[in-house]
Amino acid sequence: MTGWHRIGAITDIPRRGARCVLTPFGRVAVFRTANDGIFATEDRCPHKGGPLSQGIVHDASVTCPLHNMVFSLESGIAAGPDEGRVRVFAVRVDPPTGAIELSLDEPALVLAAE
Amino acid sequence: MQKLVVIGAGMASGRVLETLFEADRDAYEVTLFNAEPRGNYNRIMLSPVLSGEKSYDEIVTHDEDWYGAHDVTCRFGEKVVVIDRQRKIVTGAKGDVPYDKLIIATGSVPFIVPVEGRDLPGVITYRDFDDTHAMIEASGTPGSHAVVIGGGLLGLEAAAGLRLRGMEVTVLHLSGHLMERQLDEAAGYLLRKDLEKRGITVMTRASTQKILGTNRVEGVELADGTTLKADLVVMAVGIRPAAQIARDAGLDVGRAIVVNAQMQTSDPDIYAVGECVEFDGTLFGLVAPLYDQARVLAKSLLGQPDAFAVRELSTKLKVTGCDLFSAGDFAEGEKREEIVLRDPAQGVYRRLVIEDDRLVGAVMYGDTADSNWFFDLIRDGAPVSDMRETLIFGQSFQGGAPLDPMAAVAALPDDAEICGCNGVCKSKITGAVAAGGLTSLDEVRAHTKASASCGSCTGLVEQLMALTLGAAFNPAAVKPMCPCTDLGHGDVRRLIRAKALKSIPEVMQELEWKTSCGCAKCRPALNYYLIADWPGDYVDDKQSRFINERVHANIQKDGTYSVVPRMWGGITSANELRAIADVADKFAIPTVKCTGGQRIDLLGVRKEDLPAVWADLNAAGMVSGAAYAKGLRTVKTCVGTDWCRFGTQDSTGLGVRIEKFMWGCWTPAKVKMAVSGCPRNCAEATCKDVGVICTDAGYEIQFAGAAGLDIKGTEILTQVKTEDEALEMIVALVQLYREQGHYLERMYKWLKRVGMDSIRAAIVEDPARRRGYYEAFVHSQTFSQTDPWSERASGARASHEFRPMADLTLEAAE
Repeated sequence: MTGWHRIGAITDIPRRGARCVLTPFGRVAVFRTANDGIFATEDRCPHKGGPLSQGIVHDASVTCPLHNMVFSLESGIAAGPDEGRVRVFAVRVDPPTGAIELSLDEPALVLAAE
Repeated sequence: MQKLVVIGAGMASGRVLETLFEADRDAYEVTLFNAEPRGNYNRIMLSPVLSGEKSYDEIVTHDEDWYGAHDVTCRFGEKVVVIDRQRKIVTGAKGDVPYDKLIIATGSVPFIVPVEGRDLPGVITYRDFDDTHAMIEASGTPGSHAVVIGGGLLGLEAAAGLRLRGMEVTVLHLSGHLMERQLDEAAGYLLRKDLEKRGITVMTRASTQKILGTNRVEGVELADGTTLKADLVVMAVGIRPAAQIARDAGLDVGRAIVVNAQMQTSDPDIYAVGECVEFDGTLFGLVAPLYDQARVLAKSLLGQPDAFAVRELSTKLKVTGCDLFSAGDFAEGEKREEIVLRDPAQGVYRRLVIEDDRLVGAVMYGDTADSNWFFDLIRDGAPVSDMRETLIFGQSFQGGAPLDPMAAVAALPDDAEICGCNGVCKSKITGAVAAGGLTSLDEVRAHTKASASCGSCTGLVEQLMALTLGAAFNPAAVKPMCPCTDLGHGDVRRLIRAKALKSIPEVMQELEWKTSCGCAKCRPALNYYLIADWPGDYVDDKQSRFINERVHANIQKDGTYSVVPRMWGGITSANELRAIADVADKFAIPTVKCTGGQRIDLLGVRKEDLPAVWADLNAAGMVSGAAYAKGLRTVKTCVGTDWCRFGTQDSTGLGVRIEKFMWGCWTPAKVKMAVSGCPRNCAEATCKDVGVICTDAGYEIQFAGAAGLDIKGTEILTQVKTEDEALEMIVALVQLYREQGHYLERMYKWLKRVGMDSIRAAIVEDPARRRGYYEAFVHSQTFSQTDPWSERASGARASHEFRPMADLTLEAAE
């Protein structure tokens, strides 16, 4: 599972929206912000397991649909007084085609480092 | 007790009574006649009502309750026929009232331009609440045309309000520039430019020849032959004192009722006040001298000495975004010099007129920050030679005074006038704040009247409070919507309408949001406000909706969804139940449960399956139950006269009818309803947002119940005889809530915030307004009654988002 995986086009995700991708690590949520930033996190809130891909996307953050915890899409760290962190995955967009590529290597590395 | 009769319940007589009762509750037994069928409201605030920045309820100053609490006998809607001065009796349409003292406060009537066609329906003046309401109604038709005759204060406020409400507006003005009595040509030009920028057409030197139309107004023809299309014509060319009743009684009347400095007419037991009087050859149209007169008159009634004197006046236009000010005499003259400052880029113009080393007049446009200071200079007649060089730049350039507005306010002398409308000076405000322990703007308004009329000095009053109270004063007593803004829900709703903001980015830009695209709290609220205020114009922003409303189902703790089809009034059938059973089997739905609102919930549906589940339910004739929506949920019913031996009306039928009429509408928070067929109330209507209890006599409409976080019985709105009336009442009520409610504020909290009186006044007591709300709802429904399920299931709206965009588990397996 190393390397970059093509998962679809940037236009498959609405601005300020998200879709999910099935992976061996569970669901991964892929977000597109208002200004076309693309981010990926695990699709599971550390609080009670809410699907973050169903939350409201604002700036580079998402609010969990179950209990309103807010996470930074860049760092995966919970905002405000809440504590918690979701795994983030590397994504990149191929400019000419608009294809989104996802790397699942990151969490493995992070896990190893921890 | 002496008998006091008052003819006319306007701003002047309202202030007389208020002052009188404050000084001595028991001096007089008062009877009040009013031709308008309502109490006293702040007439100068009709413009903000027209533009949508304020509601009618916000400008009422004395309603029947107030008069009742002060033991005033109200004869509203009754005209006075004659005054018999010999017998000291006032004869009204419904009978005689004797008086010891009489006050005539009949105000003025608008001047009607004597042209052909002036009586056609659709030709109105701008004077009272009914006129304002007529204008709001006329502006309801998109793209309709209004012609305003008269480019003075009132005409321009009407024009700006109508334009804000979406009409094509033309202003006809006889003179060469707008507001020629208050503005010079240059300021008139800037004003015209500003109005034209807003899409208002201004025609000066335009003389109206006749008004065209057969059954109602269709156009206006000018003296030069030009014709203009018009669905509404507003005449705002001036007022005429209403003095006929005094003339008939044989009192001295010139252009108006002649009074002395104690406000006494030629009959010492008869007083007059307001726009119907003439003092020293002067007539009065602005509010400040009226309030002075009211104070003097109240004192005269109590035998206390006081004398009315004509004061210098200033003018401001209540059109948001057009800042202009004028005061004093600014005509050119031989011994006069003038100082002019222009900044075309900023649209700023200032002109000062000086005579004998004294400021005698000032006109300002675009930046009126120093208007109070200039006005004080004009009134005090202080010499200006020392600051002549920098006078035009305003107070902050004098003697090195700092630019800090707080310091400027602190530097004002104690007798500096803060509120021009009510003649309140600085020391009165700071004194009242310190003595009365006042901490909120509303309290200061209640105690001193400062900023309680036109409100343009609100900022100054707040600064004075901050100065007096220090850290104890928190002007932002309103709770902000969310951390993205300092504005509360109420302000945001008001400004969306007043500034005609029609998209979320526009709201965030214009209202200076602190974040680039909001948060999960404000975006759904803004989306609701825009959809409720601009039906048909605003495009629903799905990404600003909570997931449940985005996928038309309720998210559960494990990320699956629950699906609830509508069962109209709780009625279902074998066919529907069979389809539900089939769906439960086909998609292996783990739980099927009855809800509290008389329908069936399918729990544990996977997101990917939602479109297929909906397609199957649609095929059996069912639509989304909106169990996820901040909108109409259920209308619970009992079986009523269909089956029940106690039933008094067809409660099931009414419930189904309400649900079919109202489904699909969005509301600030969820709305649950019920209809019970008799007072035994099996449908539990008395803890719903809206409940109907049927009786033999008709339908009792109740609302604002709660049975969730809070438990609260409903309150009775009114009783009606027919089903049609019940429906109209309920629809209008819900529409009022849609327009006033804060996002996520349930009906019972809304009631608590705005008060029962205002709701009853809008829905029960005023059939025209009720009809207006009803029609607004009907219009909005034409855009909202589309079943979101079939839209998705049929592919009319893309449903691929329900599926994962890619499956990498397969790659891993390979």
